[in-house]
Amino acid sequence: MPNSLSAPKVAATVHTMDEFDPNATLPFGKWVGKNLFNSVPQSILTVIVAACLLRFFWFVLNWGILDAVFYTTDPDVCRAAAGACWAVIVEKHRPMLFGLYPYDEQWRLVVMMVIYLLTVVVSLMPRFWNLKLLIPLWVVSVTSIFVLMFGGVFGLPFVPSADWGGLPLTMILFSGTVLIGMPVAVLLALGRRSPLPVAKGFSVVFIEALRGVPLITILFVAVNVFPLFLPAGVEVNKLLRVVIGIAIFFACYQAEVIRGGLQAIPKGQYEAAASLNLTYWQTTRRIILPQALRISLPAITNHIIAAMKNTSFVIIIGLFDILTATTAVMQDPLWRRYYVEAYLFVAAIYLFFGYALSLYARQVEKWINTGRI
Amino acid sequence: MSHLDESMQGGGRPRPTLGNFLYSKTFRTFAAQIVMAVIVLMAGLFLYRNIIDNLNAQNIATGFGFLEQDAQFDIGETAIRYDASDSYARAFLVGLLNTLIVSAAGIVLATVLGFAVGFARVSSNWLLSKVATGYVEIVRNIPVILQVIFWAVVLRNLPNARNAMDFYGLVFLTNRGLSFTVPSANPVHEIMGLAFAAGIVLAIIGSYLARRHREKTGKYIDMLWPSLGLIFGLPALVWLAGGAPTALSIPVLKGFNFKGGATISPEFTALLVGIALYASGFIAEIVRAGLQATPRGQVEAARSIGLKPRFVMRYVVLPQALRVIVPPLTSQYVSLMKNSSIAVIVGYPDLVNIGNTVMNQTGQAVEAIAVMMLVYLTISIVTSTLMNFYNRLVAIKER
Amino acid sequence: MISIYKSMLSCVTVAATLAATAAYADSGDTLATVKERGELLCGVHPARHGFAAPDSQGNWAGLEADFCRAIAAAIFGDASKVRFVALSSQQRFPAIQSGEVDVLVRNVTATLGRDTALGLNFAPPIFYTGTGFLVHADSGVETIKDLDGATICVAPGSTTERNVAQIFASRGMEYTPVVIENNKQLVDAYVTGRCDALTKDKAALPGVRAYDTTDPKEHVLLPGIFSKEPLAPAVRQGDDQWYDLVKWVVYATFNAEELGVTAENADEMKGSNDVDIQSLLGTTGDYGAKLGLDEDWAYNIVTQVGNYAEIYNRHFGPESATPLDRDLNTLWVDGGLLYGFPIK
Repeated sequence: MPNSLSAPKVAATVHTMDEFDPNATLPFGKWVGKNLFNSVPQSILTVIVAACLLRFFWFVLNWGILDAVFYTTDPDVCRAAAGACWAVIVEKHRPMLFGLYPYDEQWRLVVMMVIYLLTVVVSLMPRFWNLKLLIPLWVVSVTSIFVLMFGGVFGLPFVPSADWGGLPLTMILFSGTVLIGMPVAVLLALGRRSPLPVAKGFSVVFIEALRGVPLITILFVAVNVFPLFLPAGVEVNKLLRVVIGIAIFFACYQAEVIRGGLQAIPKGQYEAAASLNLTYWQTTRRIILPQALRISLPAITNHIIAAMKNTSFVIIIGLFDILTATTAVMQDPLWRRYYVEAYLFVAAIYLFFGYALSLYARQVEKWINTGRI
Repeated sequence: MSHLDESMQGGGRPRPTLGNFLYSKTFRTFAAQIVMAVIVLMAGLFLYRNIIDNLNAQNIATGFGFLEQDAQFDIGETAIRYDASDSYARAFLVGLLNTLIVSAAGIVLATVLGFAVGFARVSSNWLLSKVATGYVEIVRNIPVILQVIFWAVVLRNLPNARNAMDFYGLVFLTNRGLSFTVPSANPVHEIMGLAFAAGIVLAIIGSYLARRHREKTGKYIDMLWPSLGLIFGLPALVWLAGGAPTALSIPVLKGFNFKGGATISPEFTALLVGIALYASGFIAEIVRAGLQATPRGQVEAARSIGLKPRFVMRYVVLPQALRVIVPPLTSQYVSLMKNSSIAVIVGYPDLVNIGNTVMNQTGQAVEAIAVMMLVYLTISIVTSTLMNFYNRLVAIKER
Repeated sequence: MISIYKSMLSCVTVAATLAATAAYADSGDTLATVKERGELLCGVHPARHGFAAPDSQGNWAGLEADFCRAIAAAIFGDASKVRFVALSSQQRFPAIQSGEVDVLVRNVTATLGRDTALGLNFAPPIFYTGTGFLVHADSGVETIKDLDGATICVAPGSTTERNVAQIFASRGMEYTPVVIENNKQLVDAYVTGRCDALTKDKAALPGVRAYDTTDPKEHVLLPGIFSKEPLAPAVRQGDDQWYDLVKWVVYATFNAEELGVTAENADEMKGSNDVDIQSLLGTTGDYGAKLGLDEDWAYNIVTQVGNYAEIYNRHFGPESATPLDRDLNTLWVDGGLLYGFPIK
């Protein structure tokens, strides 16, 4: 990687000597000798780390499993136990996962999450990567998700978006961010690379200004200030304002990543397209963008994972996502002392989805490298 | 102008008539820009008129005049003198300083942790590198705000002041924060601080002279110990010369809280630990990538010519690693600074938290938010300017 | 090619129209907007037991929630036509200013600054209270003087935040504020002992004690009220008709109590000979029409929500979860501050 400073900000995979794994073929005994006990300091280090790890796992085993209470409706049982009180999650899982959504209607959220996850899983499989299939699929599932969430038809009671909450709200915030943010990001990136000074200037100022401020201030604007910019009588739903706010913030970071991909495309590609007399939009859509997105894919997925974590910022403006709902539930005087268990549960949810996304991203990189997509 | 223009200016070679001109790519490009500019301006004007109309229709106060009014509220942690009779502007300043303090502490903590974990990641010890990997995956993938809230709740549930966790009677940990013993205030301390700064300056000058000497004569002078001697020796000398004051200010439980010594509030700690741990995961990955960017062959070559391991690090690995590490590291620092704005959720009085109060007291949301955004924007721009400057400094100098 | 020009042209037209309509937009007629919408948007506190808090089924309960219902009953004849919009203390003023809510019944202290610079108009106060302090019983704090050097949990942007500064400064005492906007986090900080005292409007503290603490007996309300906090519904400036409506809904609840009209006896009271009662219940005069409402506007308030005493006792009466003496919140005839202007 010569002169990596001026190179575009693309997380290129670093191929060095270290990538070659000489360990793969070693038998176990030799492997242990080489990687754990190859010198005296090394061996001491191994022993210390192993001791700490054992101590840690011993604690986790005792606290988390052996002494833990898994099911009870009586907080006093937990109080008497020495270990974790996982019963708090059993007892409180509904307000944590579904927030303020009316209790009797929460089955709709379960159905909604199933539809959502199925749609996402299908969209992630290359064999279904066909716009003629994906666009109707998303239209249908987004429509049915909104019908389920709002209700008001088919005998389902109406639930205003202010009452949505928990994991479904986190999912809506996340998908809204990505679905709105990605096209905006592409436009901003193209704008920044555009030969038209007006488009370029606008994109540069927009991107840099938004990247320079914290997400919270953008949420403040979306919630507190933006309505003042609308003509009297015109209203935009608060949830929508927040989603657009997060999406635009996300788009500004993503635009920089895509710009890196655009910069990495050889000049010859443009010249070849020009020699075929393709227009700017034809060139962009058919030649440039597919390559640029492919190049910057690892960084793009990083920002998508970050977008999922960033949805949790809505606690500051009082939207009831899964984190807000959990902090609210932990207000219950009877169960409040088991906050560690509750927060671990939420952390585990984020870890699960984050890990799934990054595993998938690694798989996509493999597909790209093997030329499958 | 780039190749794109060429593609746009392609097409036939028509005779210059008005019709042809109107359809020419030059004109269309020009017209498209005019339209774009007009739309952006119109949208701006539209929003501006709306807000002015809305504010006027309801007689809502506008403008930044409120900054000079008395704030009339107190702030828990202040780096400069402040009380309720000071102005809103000063309250903002207190908030800004608190943001800078927690960011600076966070940057130090995150860097130390991040480098340690980053080195552990590339360690040849399999166990250590796996533990480091586990740490990175966990702290990076849990939302920072969840981590901050978690630490805040943990710290709140520590024992109260009367049942403080006592470490040798010098350090006390309670749900009111960490109180620890410090030397009693003494004028000598200020001079010691000056001596410390002077030591750093002298050490830098010394190293520079030593390098000049080496470049001229080829003789190497090891400046490590002399430098450390200057930096820590000078303050020590000042301390001795000042009569070696040893009086300590020990925290003592009086009334509600510990008095004396120094105290770090739980809100500060929770925020600091949360944002620093989160950032350390990213920094560790940056460090790992940087260290792996130096081909192993170079390290082996350096060792084979008999360079001490310390010098292999100093003159072979680090210069190459830093070039890879520093740019993403700075953006991590900036994002840590921006993450400190979640202070509002745990109640540390940073810029956003103070701005939030001001917004409520004055009702001037637009102005208060504008102040916050402008301050962060300024810090970001200054940082990236400095960064570009540094980049030019360390960029590979081709001869 | 032509299509490019067409699309450009349409963009310009849209932008120009938008800019032009902005000039004609009028903050105008809230009542008409509300009627057209079919429901009242009422800004309330997200969780202040006694004033406004959703119960486990998501139904809003509390004195302020009931005043939202009273306004809806006056407009629609149906107290259920309210959409409650929970607002944090930071969001409340932007929300009313921008028209996100029609009326703010959210523990807002009426002050000169807010009346003027914030572009608000305040209806008559529906609750008189003052700054109070909740302390841990085992701390031995009995009066405000014992709080010297204490750590105080306080919500940002409230009048309380300023009052604490003033209360301590005027007594020459010191304190450390811990300011957290998120109400749950704030209460949690007090309950876990991070703060020695929690300060809010005194009327809000019994709710905290009853709902948020493990054992209410471990917490004590300090005696005394330390500031003036008239909590009043707020509307935007610039719509006098709407302001009048909200104002008279409040007076109607006062007058109903004074005249002895309750949810139960309202029907028989309709036959009363007392002209004041007749005016209130709409059997005489055209007072409803003057407000832009039906003549049985006040009748609907009383039958569906109740008079002031009924509303108060539902949430702060001896039988309620957060009992509180009525103190100043009694009728003027009983030495209190509630004085309904006559419907004449």
